[in-house]
Amino acid sequence: MQSIVELTPAYIAEKKIYQDMGLSDAEFLSIQNILGRNPNYTETGLFSVMWSEHCSYKNSKPLLKKFPTTAPHVLQGPGEGAGIVDIGDNQAVVFKIESHNHPSAIEPYQGAATGVGGILRDVFSMGARPIALLNSLRFGELTSERVKYLFREVVHGISGYGNCVGVPTVGGEVQFDDCYEGNPLVNAMCVGLIDQQDIQKGIAKGIGNTVMYAGAPTGRDGIHGATFASEELSEESESKRPSVQVGDPFMEKLLIEACLEVTQCDALVGMQDMGAAGLTSSSSEMASKSGTGIEMNLDQIPQREQNMTPYELMLSESQERMLLIVEKGREHEIEAIFEKHGLHAVSVGEVIEDRVLRLTHQNEVVADVPVDSLAEDAPVYHQPSKEPAYFSTFQNMEDYYPHVDNAEETLMDLLKQSTIASKEWVYDQYDTMVQTNTVVAPGSDAAVLRIKGTNKAIAMTTDCNSRYIYLDPNTGGKIAVAEAARNIICSGGKPLALTDCLNFGNPEIPEYFWQMEHAVEGMSRACESLSTPVISGNVSLYNGSNQQSIFPTPVVGMVGLIEDLEHVTRQSFQKSGDLIYVIGEAKPEFGGSELQKLREGRYFGKAPYLDLEIEQKRQDQLLQAIQGGVVQSAHDIAEGGLAVALAESLFDQELGCEVALSGDLGAELFSETQSRFIVSVSKQDASKFEEMVDDARLVGTVKDESNMSISHNDLPVLNLSTHELKQAWKEAIPCQLKSKG
Amino acid sequence: MKFAVIVFPGSNCDRDMHHAIQEGIGEEVHFVRHTESDLASFDGILLPGGFSHGDYLRSGAMAATSPIISAIKKEAEKGKPVLGVCNGFQVLLEAGLLPGAMLSNEGQRFICRTVELRVENTKSIFTTSYEKGQIIRIPVAHGDGNYFCDEETYKSLKDQERILFTYEDNPNGSVHNIAGISNERGNVLGMMPHPERAVESLLGSDDGLKLFQSIVKSWRETHAVHS
Repeated sequence: MQSIVELTPAYIAEKKIYQDMGLSDAEFLSIQNILGRNPNYTETGLFSVMWSEHCSYKNSKPLLKKFPTTAPHVLQGPGEGAGIVDIGDNQAVVFKIESHNHPSAIEPYQGAATGVGGILRDVFSMGARPIALLNSLRFGELTSERVKYLFREVVHGISGYGNCVGVPTVGGEVQFDDCYEGNPLVNAMCVGLIDQQDIQKGIAKGIGNTVMYAGAPTGRDGIHGATFASEELSEESESKRPSVQVGDPFMEKLLIEACLEVTQCDALVGMQDMGAAGLTSSSSEMASKSGTGIEMNLDQIPQREQNMTPYELMLSESQERMLLIVEKGREHEIEAIFEKHGLHAVSVGEVIEDRVLRLTHQNEVVADVPVDSLAEDAPVYHQPSKEPAYFSTFQNMEDYYPHVDNAEETLMDLLKQSTIASKEWVYDQYDTMVQTNTVVAPGSDAAVLRIKGTNKAIAMTTDCNSRYIYLDPNTGGKIAVAEAARNIICSGGKPLALTDCLNFGNPEIPEYFWQMEHAVEGMSRACESLSTPVISGNVSLYNGSNQQSIFPTPVVGMVGLIEDLEHVTRQSFQKSGDLIYVIGEAKPEFGGSELQKLREGRYFGKAPYLDLEIEQKRQDQLLQAIQGGVVQSAHDIAEGGLAVALAESLFDQELGCEVALSGDLGAELFSETQSRFIVSVSKQDASKFEEMVDDARLVGTVKDESNMSISHNDLPVLNLSTHELKQAWKEAIPCQLKSKG
Repeated sequence: MKFAVIVFPGSNCDRDMHHAIQEGIGEEVHFVRHTESDLASFDGILLPGGFSHGDYLRSGAMAATSPIISAIKKEAEKGKPVLGVCNGFQVLLEAGLLPGAMLSNEGQRFICRTVELRVENTKSIFTTSYEKGQIIRIPVAHGDGNYFCDEETYKSLKDQERILFTYEDNPNGSVHNIAGISNERGNVLGMMPHPERAVESLLGSDDGLKLFQSIVKSWRETHAVHS
């Protein structure tokens, strides 16, 4: 057998080999203090991945504490694979969002596919059946061939993985801005359904219990993936391609079915996915949470490559693997279940009293480190924060006001903007219907899934307008949460809780840390106001390339409960003759707007103002009106303002409308003033609706004639065929993909 | 009527098919794993969609070598109804129960949408509850749904009225817009669209119900109880 020659502990310390693994001098010093000696090569590797930002949140922990995380209906907050919320009838939804940005930047198909795989495992490791996937994507403009390639392949990767495992991809969003050119964002969210007695946790209780390994064998892929995710992308990133994991959705599908069956077996004590930092994080986190230790014999780990070292085995991020803690003596029951599904579960170690992670390999102890030091004792950095110069410049600018001379042309142009344009090209490639629960598929404000065997449904969405957050992180952070809640409300649901994926730049640069600090502050405020605690999430820092950071992009994934299927509401107008109301007044707010992008090609000025009290009042009243049965359709007014939202409301059934406006025309049509909705109401319900909703203003009527017609102070300003508008909106992305840039 | 839903490793519409039979038409239904070799106690056999064996090698190719396949062939020879949907259709092609082959979609992309189908023939046990020429809305969700057969085969399919469904607006490039075909005897149907996804108006269409109702109707007619 080939013997493994590793660098000696003294050499690692002396030559600072740890730096190559992402550890700083100070961090290495504290590891020496913890151990009372120099760590060997494997141990240095264990610390380096567990203390990476991706696993330890060392730069973001002080901020994450600000989020409200509890409420009576929250059964599990942050800290487990995913958060859990009670939805009544002894059922619960389990959900989480996670980033796979860096892998997707250099290997888009596999990066996106394994992002989906990882988030699924976080959910089914809790014992829940995954019932929906969503994704939030950001790319550069579709003018460069590289961006087109990334966009096509990311969508292809999500489709390839999600469709095969049989979990519908029902929602999400895609936005385009220059700042994401070299560093796209790929955030995947999974929602699972569980009976409350089946909830599993990642715990390693019971001294003497057996540690079992299930699923795919371990290879050399993804080694140091967590560390790679915690640094900036650069010219050399291409060489990190081997750090990108390769997914096998068929294996995942088998693993889902096997793990859900194992959940029903009381020999199972705990279960955790081997995600970032693979075997290292799953074993040390489970033991640390339970006040125990774990001893593993690495020779027992199923391996698909030869001569793997302990370092490689522990740091590999090979996909579709699960670590289980099983009652001693009952291993065969677990083995039999996996065997039935064509998988192997093997015993690789045991739970021990000493609170250490002790690894043996070829009859030698190759690592012996305290589990808490790996899982809990990573340093916490309070990074310096500094207000960027641009912020006060933007705040002190005169309000940007674009004159609108030709409303028709402006609307057509806006509908063709890639962020606004139809995303059918994307979701047409996703199986949105498998599992037969999808009541509202992609294309409306939120996706809606019924819960079989009940009269309930759940609504889900992801949202984040990063332009506002760039202009003003605090306000923009509030808006991200409020907009997600608006989308849930428009679907007839009561927002329950959210999961967030905090995508930011390098936290060691004070201006970028400031953005994160203030965005989190704003989000927390909105969470409190709208009673939507944060139950899970993920942090992705160091996003940017060529010295340019992405816009701060804290994506919000929200889930709401629709108490009665009768309350399910869509954004599209339902029938001719219905009255169209706008809730909320438009102000001339164009900072960060689509119109500003269209006209100026950049963003500046103030983000739109948000008053959380008004937001909450309007959301509450609209939901009551929907629940009271007086609302035919509801749509929030977002990018592109009222005109775009009106057009979107017409597309589904190619209806028409006649709308009369007064006041400032540009603002009325295209401003992105917050907390506003378009609602259609049957004539006979009009007075009831007006009683229930304070700030509603009647602006027009839904028509059979497929024409969008708007007058301003009694003069016609816009008259376009719905079909023509729809074609422009629908064809924009396929057109951009075809054109040679 | 007692149905079997065959579960291959990687099947992912098995539960949907089960739900459609149990809740949609209220008949008895059981899952049967691919490793089983006897289906004699069932009256109808359903091969669901999904990615059996990951669709590795070729869609449906590995599933077509499962132990259950000989049992399916045996019951098909007895004249029992066998329905393969999506991946189930691919398995039936690979197993030689239906003629032709499946290619990747013309656009080289997976597509998922609700499409319009024309019911071409209402004499089949699968379509008696429809009207001839009726347009029905049924979802498709596939990457390899581009049905191909040579002209000779097409001619016999057409002459023998074995083309049961065609696409109104061909989404995948299938030859002559074919969406579903039966065997010569008429008791084995393969189709790419998913009727099991169209059994409740809540989810957008219940046009698939009549397909399952037709199967049950035919079965009842041939199994009238004489007491």
